[in-house]
Amino acid sequence: MTDIKKSVDGTGPGVAARIQAGLRLIPGPLLGLIIVCAVFSYLSPFFLTTRNLVNVFTQASEVGIMAAGAALVIIIGGIDLSVGAVLAVTLMFNAWLYRDFGVPFPLSCAAGLALGGFVGLINGLLSTYGRIQPFVATLATMSACSGIALYITNGGPVTGFPAYFSVLTKSRIAGIPVDLIILVTVFLIVAYWLRFRPTGRALYAIGGSEEVARLSGIDTQRVKVGVYVIAGLLAALAGLIYGSRLDAAHPTAGTADLLNVIAVVVIGGASLAGGSGGMLGTFIGLLIIGVLKNGMALINFSPNLQPVVIGVAIIIAVMLDRRSAKG
Amino acid sequence: MDHPLPPDVGLMCRGLTKQYGNIEVLKSVNLSLRPGQVVGLIGENGAGKSTFNSIIAGVVRPTAGQMWIDGQEYAPHSPSDAIARGVALIHQEIRLLPGLSVAENIFLGRLPMRYGRVDRASMEEQTAVVLAALGVRATPRQPVQGLSMAVQQGIEIAKAILRKPRFVIFDEPTASLGETEAEQIFEQVRLLQQGGAGVIYVSHRLDEVQKIADHVMCLRDGSLVAEWDQMPVSKEQMINAMVGREFTFEHHAPNPSGHDVVLEVKGAGRGTVFDDISFELREGEILGFAGLVGSGRTDVVRAISGADRLDRGEIRVQGKPVSFRSPKGAIAAGIVMVPEDRKGLGLNLGRSVAENITLPWEGNLTRLGMIFPSTVDAVGKAQKERFDIRGRMDLPVGSMSGGNQQKVLLAKWLVENPKVFIVDEPTRGVDVGAKMAIYEIIRELAAAGMGVIVVSSELEEVLGLSHRVLVMSEGRQKGILSRDELTPERVMSLAVGD
Repeated sequence: MTDIKKSVDGTGPGVAARIQAGLRLIPGPLLGLIIVCAVFSYLSPFFLTTRNLVNVFTQASEVGIMAAGAALVIIIGGIDLSVGAVLAVTLMFNAWLYRDFGVPFPLSCAAGLALGGFVGLINGLLSTYGRIQPFVATLATMSACSGIALYITNGGPVTGFPAYFSVLTKSRIAGIPVDLIILVTVFLIVAYWLRFRPTGRALYAIGGSEEVARLSGIDTQRVKVGVYVIAGLLAALAGLIYGSRLDAAHPTAGTADLLNVIAVVVIGGASLAGGSGGMLGTFIGLLIIGVLKNGMALINFSPNLQPVVIGVAIIIAVMLDRRSAKG
Repeated sequence: MDHPLPPDVGLMCRGLTKQYGNIEVLKSVNLSLRPGQVVGLIGENGAGKSTFNSIIAGVVRPTAGQMWIDGQEYAPHSPSDAIARGVALIHQEIRLLPGLSVAENIFLGRLPMRYGRVDRASMEEQTAVVLAALGVRATPRQPVQGLSMAVQQGIEIAKAILRKPRFVIFDEPTASLGETEAEQIFEQVRLLQQGGAGVIYVSHRLDEVQKIADHVMCLRDGSLVAEWDQMPVSKEQMINAMVGREFTFEHHAPNPSGHDVVLEVKGAGRGTVFDDISFELREGEILGFAGLVGSGRTDVVRAISGADRLDRGEIRVQGKPVSFRSPKGAIAAGIVMVPEDRKGLGLNLGRSVAENITLPWEGNLTRLGMIFPSTVDAVGKAQKERFDIRGRMDLPVGSMSGGNQQKVLLAKWLVENPKVFIVDEPTRGVDVGAKMAIYEIIRELAAAGMGVIVVSSELEEVLGLSHRVLVMSEGRQKGILSRDELTPERVMSLAVGD
């Protein structure tokens, strides 16, 4: 609402400009989502059923939660390659503590989350005070986390979580799946932080130009470390959902998700150069990827070719985004 | 033709003029350069020296005027045209690739080939010969990274010389060098001269020009205002020609209102960049920082405002010692600095005007721990009115004119009134109207009791605005001139290190 108000105040642009401004309010990614949905509802009669749409969400919740963190990292101009591996190592750590040491389950969950935050802290410290490019720093922690995840159980999966834990993702509150509620809550909290809290808003300033932000009195190093910690925590949270859904912890869980996570953020309109992106765009990006995967499965599209479609979608999204940024 | 015919040998320029829009940055400048001659080119910042050089080196094309080499018309379309005709420009900034070896840097873009591969042996041999001839202490295989500035500058010169240029332009080759290092450069210039090359030597250091040139030209506001054929020329003569214009002190602030010292700096120093800086700033006073580019003015204010670490010395704000390691700490202590490069350091060009303005203050603008878009809008609007910013507050700052951007930059730092307000190059790249408005703002701030520091390369600006002027040269404080002592000549002679 405020955007509309702003664009008509003061100098008063013409009607054409107002319509243009109105169109600009529809984010490019949303347009893409509408097109993708239209295509699949034409191709498959099952696409537009409530059941299927709920499926889209629940299949996407882990990737979505990780993408929320990854979007923050990308907004500050960084990159976090370790999210998938952090998912795996925190989940394994959690399951390992619970099964092999008899640690009470809530406590082992907390330990898993703490480990996620800790890996994030290392990522943050290495890429700020350690002056290692975030790509390299998180590549290293990714490698280390994958290794540790395999090492602690010698590569074996862990099963047998408490019953209430695996029920969690299968239950609904007011008809809405719990993992969807968690996903949306995460997005709302992060969106609130980005829009209304000074430190959250500072992320855009840092991504736009770190030196400008620093000279403006923002403690850029600390904020950046904080962002990596959040990304680690969210990856660990995604790990919990994964564990609950499958009722098992696999040491290779989440490793395939990394590219999806980055794809979601980029399709959602963030630039890897930093300074742009947001939760609404990321959420739409998540839906686009989710709908594409779901729809392609519905029409029996070869699973081997699905990544090709995702690749094409990334390119189209970025090109559209660049065009609108110019205009 | 009313022009005499161009000479048979040498480079000749006649009536070189360059306009950008309707601003003439170079006005009908002539030059004749014979082989073996060294022409010294002097002038204040912005006098048109760089434009002049760029035209000769084919980087920029003149709006009007003609050039000849050995009586043949010379109209380079690109730097490579110029190089092909034997004209080389040695830039002020060193442009070597740090990861490559000295020899590779020197032959970059035209590596000698033999049997389909790079002939390293011949490349390194030629490099060794030219380095030895110039007395540059580097070996061909060494990577450039880690070599001293003087050696790197020597490599740049070697690179130019290997193309056997007949005319070489040096653009402030010693700007970042110490005196002993500068000696090496002189040696190299002399070698070129003895080899029969014509040299144009640009420098702010007048003693260098005295030492090396046998003809001196002075540019001011784009025009050739003085030329000397007979050496030596005294520094006074050169300074007078550079400064030239009559100063009007019309934009003077009233005398400082208060007597309390707001900022006291004692023995400040940072690394080898500057040392021993001590001054006091009173309430309502405007203190100017003058000096040549590279004299350390900007480094001093950056350290005082927390942008860089201060290694030595102490800072007191209203008598209380303060110490901070970041701009955040300085802002909390009441010191803000508006940085010089508004595009790189001052503003986030992609963000809206209002968001840029509130950025430093968001921590203080929260209600219930939240920043509301309406708050940002309101602050933006208030600053827009206070500083007469023209344009929409919700559009990216990058879409505004330079003058408006500069006002946004000032507005950004004045949402809350600091005790000490530092501006670095407050009017760079803005038009005259905006300039006057910015002077007005600075004077009002001082009148309201703020301590203001103005750093500027424009002598007129520093002299016109300031109550006192601190002059720096090579990282040292050369003196503080009070208003009765303030003349352009005195500032200049301190700045050039007399």
